[in-house]
Amino acid sequence: MTSFLDIRDLEAQIEADEGTKPILKGLSLSVPKGEVHAIMGPNGSGKSTLSYVLAGREDYEVTGGSVVFKGEDLLALAPEERAALGVFLAFQAPVELPGVNNANFLRTAVNAIRKAREETELDAVAFLKLVREEMRHLSMSPEMLKRAVNVGFSGGEKKRNEVLQMRLLKPSLAILDETDSGLDIDALRIVAEGVNSLRGPEFSALVITHHQRLLDYIVPDKVHVMAMGRIIHSGGPEIALQLEKEGYKAFLEAAA
Amino acid sequence: MTERTSSLQDIFSGRGGNGASFLKENSLPTRKNEAWHYTSLRGLAKTIWQAAPALDQGRIDVWLARLALPPAQGVVVFANGRFVPSCSSLPEGVILQADLTPEDGVNTTSFSGMLNEALEQKGLELHVPDGQDAGLLVMLVLNEGEGVSTHLRHKISLGVKASLTILEVSVGRGRYLNNPVFEIECADRAHLTHVKQQNESLEAYHLAFVSAMIGKKAVYESFTLQQGGKIARHEVRTDLQNEQAIAHVNAIQVVSGQSHHDLTSFIHHIAPHCQSRQTVRTVMDQEGTGVFQGKILVDQKAQKTDGYQMNQALLLSDSAQMNSKPELEIYADDVRCSHGATVGALDEEQLFYLRSRGIAEAQARAMLIRAFLNESLELLGDQTIVRDYLLGSMNLHD
Repeated sequence: MTSFLDIRDLEAQIEADEGTKPILKGLSLSVPKGEVHAIMGPNGSGKSTLSYVLAGREDYEVTGGSVVFKGEDLLALAPEERAALGVFLAFQAPVELPGVNNANFLRTAVNAIRKAREETELDAVAFLKLVREEMRHLSMSPEMLKRAVNVGFSGGEKKRNEVLQMRLLKPSLAILDETDSGLDIDALRIVAEGVNSLRGPEFSALVITHHQRLLDYIVPDKVHVMAMGRIIHSGGPEIALQLEKEGYKAFLEAAA
Repeated sequence: MTERTSSLQDIFSGRGGNGASFLKENSLPTRKNEAWHYTSLRGLAKTIWQAAPALDQGRIDVWLARLALPPAQGVVVFANGRFVPSCSSLPEGVILQADLTPEDGVNTTSFSGMLNEALEQKGLELHVPDGQDAGLLVMLVLNEGEGVSTHLRHKISLGVKASLTILEVSVGRGRYLNNPVFEIECADRAHLTHVKQQNESLEAYHLAFVSAMIGKKAVYESFTLQQGGKIARHEVRTDLQNEQAIAHVNAIQVVSGQSHHDLTSFIHHIAPHCQSRQTVRTVMDQEGTGVFQGKILVDQKAQKTDGYQMNQALLLSDSAQMNSKPELEIYADDVRCSHGATVGALDEEQLFYLRSRGIAEAQARAMLIRAFLNESLELLGDQTIVRDYLLGSMNLHD
């Protein structure tokens, strides 16, 4: 049986000033339908690269391996096709879009996805009703709809705006790239609740994080330890606690 | 090898009563002329430019029906260089004056200005009396024909504390030359908003020159959208001779095909405490070329000058080209002047962000281009009618 998300021997590199730099070096990982998996790993282990490669960022060149999502070759799809299929990346540092109104952006995205999924598009009134309701749950001021996307947003506001998009776009696979970084405890709780509220048999997630803290709020079904561009260890949520106490040293030594 | 230069007299077929001597003694500027280094007028020499014949009323009606001009307090129409009274009505209280001569005369140290002077046709000459707010005046300038040229000279004067918004719309059909000049005079505390849409035929030449004299605490606020024409130059010259005068020279240039848009400005700070603002954004696609030449000259006496100049260009194709020449020349020591210039492609990171949200690449690109231009249109502030008109004519509505 194939998994919901099946990553096999994935290799990817990026063009850097000093030449080609391999980052993912034979990464394998499976996420079954309805499960939330965490990926933890030291800086430079390739966690963010994995999230970008899954979402379809073109700066990264995939040189080997495969990614099958819902039975489709994910790597053959454009970023917008992946989104329509159900992939959502919550960015670690969401880019600012000066001149792009947040409400228009959100509605354009929602309707693009709805259209691709053969659902009826939302008119302005229906959309506003929906987005206001969602924003209330995330303790976001409706005033943020009038601003340009992420422009002048605080770190916490940017992350909430990411979670808002996730809630609106209803992905079946969410990838959260260090969504906890730079969040205070209240914001962290709100973001975690946003993710937890989506949990169910049709929703899977890859939660990439440095800290065990987020995993207190989003309790994963499985934890993977990533280092040197590979998954070096997988286990239950107890691994996160072990990492918090002992660091990566033991896992790195075992993998060497 | 020397380039053969014919005199303007040959090119303009012996026209131009009072200006005949100018035409006889001068030829087209070449690249050696610094002011025209980036904009070539060589193409003008291929045609013997005739005076434009009168345009049929039927054609005027077609244009009026086609253009979604906004509701306004007044409309004036010029067709092939002629005022069309039957389609025109002035805002209440505005005075049409036959011989309006700004007291110090206009500074025409520009080829476009001098050519207009040599072939001058009487344009709109109006005066807004002291204290009067005349609202919005739409000015439609039509040109049609092959190898014809018009050289309207408009004289706009605002009395003390008077205000007016002009929306100038230039459109046409065929290979013509439109060479308008505006002589503008704002008395103390007057406020003129001059919004222009240059949407000429893609075969046309557009050589505009604006000279503005701005009184104490008066404002000349201009916003120019260039979107048509084969070769189009909008040139503004203003001497800030009165304290606390304000000049805004903002523009958007949207260039595609093989068109060429040029925004040239010269702002001379003479009196202290004056303010100038220039934000010019150019979007170029295909083989379009854009030019920005902006000079701010601050005299020694012009202390406390506040000058700002920003030029940003977005290149959407490898064949598009931008030439940017910002110049600051400052002789006063207590001033605040800043300028910046950027040229670049669409941001890949922004594009990826939009696409990762399910927005197709073409739509994502369009959104980012629109955002780049929208930000500029926000400079029109509370001029919502005019801004909506420009948004609509750029097809930028959401």
